[in-house]
Order: sequence, then C-alpha cells, then structure tokens
Amino acid sequence: MITIKDLHKSYIMGQNSLHVLKGIEFTINDGELVSIMGSSGSGKSTLLNILGLLDSYDEGTFHLNGLTMENLSESKAAYYRNKYFGFVFQSFNLISFKNAQENIALPLYYQGVSRKKRNQIALEYLTKVGLRDWAHHLPSEMSGGQKQRVAIARALVTDPSVILADEPTGALDSQTSLEVMELLTQINNEGKTVIIVTHEQEVSALTNRIIRLRDGLILEDGPTEKVLANV
Amino acid sequence: MFSIDTWQEIFATIGKNKLRSFLTAFSVAWGIFMLIVLLGAGQGLQNAVKASFESDAVNSIWIYPGRTSKEYKGLQPGRLTQFNNRDYSETMFLNDNNIEYSTSNVYVRGSRTISYGKEEVSYSIIGSYPGMRDIEQANPIQGRFINQIDMDESRKSVVLSEKIRKELFKNKEALGEWVNLNKIPFKVIGIFEDVNERENDRVFIPFTTAQRSFGMSNQINNLAFTVTGLSVSETEKLETKLRKQFASRHSFDPEDDRAMYINNSLKNFQQISLLFIGISAFVWLIGIGTIIAGIVGVSNIMLIVVKERTKEIGIRKAIGAPPRSIITHIMMEAVLITTIAGYFGLVLGVGVLELFSALVPPSDFFRNPEANIQIALSATVLLIICGAIAGFVPARRAAKIKPIVALRDE
Repeated sequence: MITIKDLHKSYIMGQNSLHVLKGIEFTINDGELVSIMGSSGSGKSTLLNILGLLDSYDEGTFHLNGLTMENLSESKAAYYRNKYFGFVFQSFNLISFKNAQENIALPLYYQGVSRKKRNQIALEYLTKVGLRDWAHHLPSEMSGGQKQRVAIARALVTDPSVILADEPTGALDSQTSLEVMELLTQINNEGKTVIIVTHEQEVSALTNRIIRLRDGLILEDGPTEKVLANV
Repeated sequence: MFSIDTWQEIFATIGKNKLRSFLTAFSVAWGIFMLIVLLGAGQGLQNAVKASFESDAVNSIWIYPGRTSKEYKGLQPGRLTQFNNRDYSETMFLNDNNIEYSTSNVYVRGSRTISYGKEEVSYSIIGSYPGMRDIEQANPIQGRFINQIDMDESRKSVVLSEKIRKELFKNKEALGEWVNLNKIPFKVIGIFEDVNERENDRVFIPFTTAQRSFGMSNQINNLAFTVTGLSVSETEKLETKLRKQFASRHSFDPEDDRAMYINNSLKNFQQISLLFIGISAFVWLIGIGTIIAGIVGVSNIMLIVVKERTKEIGIRKAIGAPPRSIITHIMMEAVLITTIAGYFGLVLGVGVLELFSALVPPSDFFRNPEANIQIALSATVLLIICGAIAGFVPARRAAKIKPIVALRDE
C-alpha cells in the first residue's frame, strides 16, 4: 500500500526553482491498476520516479507498506527498489550488450541468486511474456514490442508488489500497445499493483482508476468511467 | 564481493566490450613494454661500458711519446720524441711512492709472424714487464704470465692469447711447445684471455728479450703503471710532475701537450662514472615519463568508460544495484584489465630484450641488455593501483548520482 501526503518537489535550475509537484495526496491499495494522466510538464513522470525511489522529494510524507521512505540512503533505496518495485520504461532501458535472458536475470544477481537459478527463473518469465525462443537475442535484434515485453519480464522477475510503468506504450504502435497493455492487465489480475504513467486516453481507459494531474496538482482522482466521462 | 558470480559478470562485461577493453589493455601493455625496453637499453649501455673498463686496470697511467709542436730553446717543432729505458727507470725512481705495478713496452718491428708447424699468423709482439699482466688484466687461463726470472735471464718465453692459440694449435695443447716469432723460437709459457676483444690480438714476451733479440737497443714504445692511494686531483698533479721530468730529459716545452701523451684512466673512469649517472638519470626520466603517460592513458580511458556507462549504471541502479556493487564492479574490471595487460607488456618487453641479446652479439657499446624485474614489477603494480584509483573516482561519482539522472543520460 502506497500512501502519499502533501508531496512537494522542486527542481533548482541555476537561479530559478521549478515547482513541479505542489502538494500531492493519494493512497493506492494493493492490487490496484492505476493510470496517472496529464499533459507533458504536469509532473506525472516526476511523481512516478519519486514513487519508485529513483528521485527524492522535498516535502510531505511517503509510506510504502507502512514504512517511511524519507531520507533513504542510496543503498537502502536500491534495496527497496529491488524488493518492492519493477520498472517499465518508455525507452525500455535494456542493457544493450546482454541478451534477453541475461537482462531479465540481472535484478536477481543483485539479490544474490545463483547463476543457474536466476537463468532458470528468467527463462520462466520469458516464457510468460511469450519470448522463450528469443532468450539469446540481443535487444538490438528485437522489435520494440518484444523489447518492452523483455523489460516487463525483467520488472516481474523479482516478484515485486508494485509495477511502475512510465509511458510503456510511448514508443510502440497501437497494435503492440494493446498487446503490452493486455500483458500489464494480466499481471494486475495476478494480484500485483500496477501504476502506469501515460498521456494517452486509450491506455488509461484500460485501467481501473485514473489520477489526473495538471501543473503539479491533482485535478481528478477516481474510477476510470467517472473520470473519462468528465473529459 | 569476490564470488564467482561477480567475476562472471565482469568477464561478461569485458567480453562484450572488446574494443574498449582492448584499448585500455593496450595503453597499459605499451607503457610497461616501453619501460622494460628502456631500462634494458640503459642497462645494456652500462654493461658495455663497465665491461670495457673491466678489461684494464682503472687506476693506470699510460705515457706515450708524441711529436713536438712548439719551439724550445732553439729547437724546431716537429721532432719525434723517442722514449728509452732511462725514461722507465727514472719514472719509477722519481715517483716510487705510489706505484703498484709498472711496465714499459716495446713493439717488435718487422714481419711480426708467429708460426707453429705449418700454421703462420701475424699479430703484435710486445715485450713487457711482469706488471703488464695486472695493468692490462691479461689474466692467464693456462700457465703463467712473464715473471722476473724471464726478464733477468732474457728467456725466450711467450704468452699467447687464447684466440691465437686456437689459430695455431687448434685443439692441441700449446703449453711447453715452441713457436717461432719472426723465425726465432720461443717457448709457450702461458695462455691469456682479455675481456676486451681487440686486446686478444697480441702476444707478450719478456721486455729484455724483445730489446735484445730483435735489435731494439734501449728503445721503448710506451710505459704504464698503476697508482694506489691517490685521488683524481693528486694524479693530475702527478701528470704535471711527469711532464716536467720528461720535458727536461727530452728537451721539449713542458707546456707542449703534443710532445707526449698521458692517459690517466683514473680520470677517465671518473668521467665515465659521471656519464653513468647521467645515463641512469636519463633512463629514469624517460621511464617515469612513460609510466605517467600510461597512468594518464588508463585514467582517461576509465573516465570515458564510466561516462559511457552512465546510462547502464542508471539501469542497474533502477533494478536494485547498490552503489557499492557499481563501484567494485568498475574497479575490478579496471584492475583485471590492467593486471593482465601489464603482465603481457612485461613478458613481451623481457622477450624482446632476450631476443636482442640472443641475436646481437655483445659489442663495446651494447652488452647484455636486461631489465630490473623488481622495478618493472613495481611499475606494473603502480599502474594497476593508478588504474583502480582512476576508475574509482568517476565510478563513485556515477554511483552517487540519482538513478533518474543517470537514466536520462544518452
């Protein structure tokens, strides 16, 4: 369970300070499928990065399963990221010189899982995303959709409780987007919390709850049908 | 941290970034290779000079006649100075205190043939005192050198060099045999071998015999002696004194430095010693320069490596890599590459020196190039440490930046 209260974040650029998040408050329960919507500059990606402990926040509180996420050391943050979160990025962020199976197995390496075991687990997840035959291909030899599915498998491999996806369909065509969304929905059905940042209505329409941001504030937060009805 | 898994991860990264790894390895290997070759070359030069000094006593003073170049007491310049037995006896008498070994030498004129049976060769035949043995380091490897009895009795004894013995006698025993010098029979009493190649082209006979048997009356060609307990400046004073004595005997201007020549090896040795220090300093200067270039090369490449890998580091951090693992991973990679490359450069450098030693015979200028392995190893270790430090600084910076910033890096 993620609880956020009065969250503020500013970026300092030389003399100017850019106030990106101006007091965000919400709670996301286990097993929810949530999309965070907003136009570019609304602060949605910043919010997701803070949720995923990739970035720090200035003010407010952030609790994950009852634990405060304030002033974490870099090692502690790395530990939590590895344990609780799986990331899916718009640009996939696969390591280019590792093949699909090695990419998926990497988070397990940082958990100290033996090589044999983690390769076996990686293969299971490759099968799950339908790319078993592509285990020994480098990312450069795969299509965007395939790469994103490898990235999803990597996000799942540590069995985290939350999947954070930053514009997961941003670099894909509509057909592939749909397939990726189906995969994320399926993962949600298996009990994982999935939080997707997107600016596409088609994508958010497939989630159960929408949080709409504008200029660093929550504009709307509610079930999908209700929010979309207001647009 | 040193688990097999870590190493597998490191080997995988190295294996998949071959060019980058190769470039790092190359700059290290090249640095070490150059250092070894330079140290070896310096050593070779030093060995050669040392060897040429070992072939003669380093405290000897040689006196040779010359031709006057200045008018003196009405005498025209251009007169040849001819030394004789009186020069030797008076030099010994007047400078007795510090003289250890001494000789005067007379060179046999004529056809200078040395023959045994049907074999005949032509080399210098020198009449010398027993002291010549120590002055020239013409140490007998068989038999003995000329002694006082040979001198007193003007015996027909000869000491051959090993080289000449081989030419005349092949595999036969030469000691006790008779050889003909300018058709006069002499008994072989000893065989010597000089370290200096050129000083093996001669045979020695007693000085007295040379003067009597070959009609040289009381002439001598040069004289030499070794001095003990004198500093370089004292030998310089001795030179001036000798010059005055010779000048008065032979009626030439003591200031005329062409009327006679004095070769003071003590002074030469001091000058060469200074040259040694100069060569050593030069080799070290270049060596240190090469090492610094190597360190800069490694640091540079490690900086680029880390910069190039910022995004990868971001990804690794996003999926849970702790900063420590990022730092150790990069550093171990750097250390592994520099160690292997350093060793490779070391082996290659030593190999080149060995090959050079084997193919090029030692000469007066270059002999047995060899690198000081301890210095080479220290240099390699230094490079490895510097590579690690060079990797550590940027790796720590990369490990410190927020993952989201690293991820944005393109």
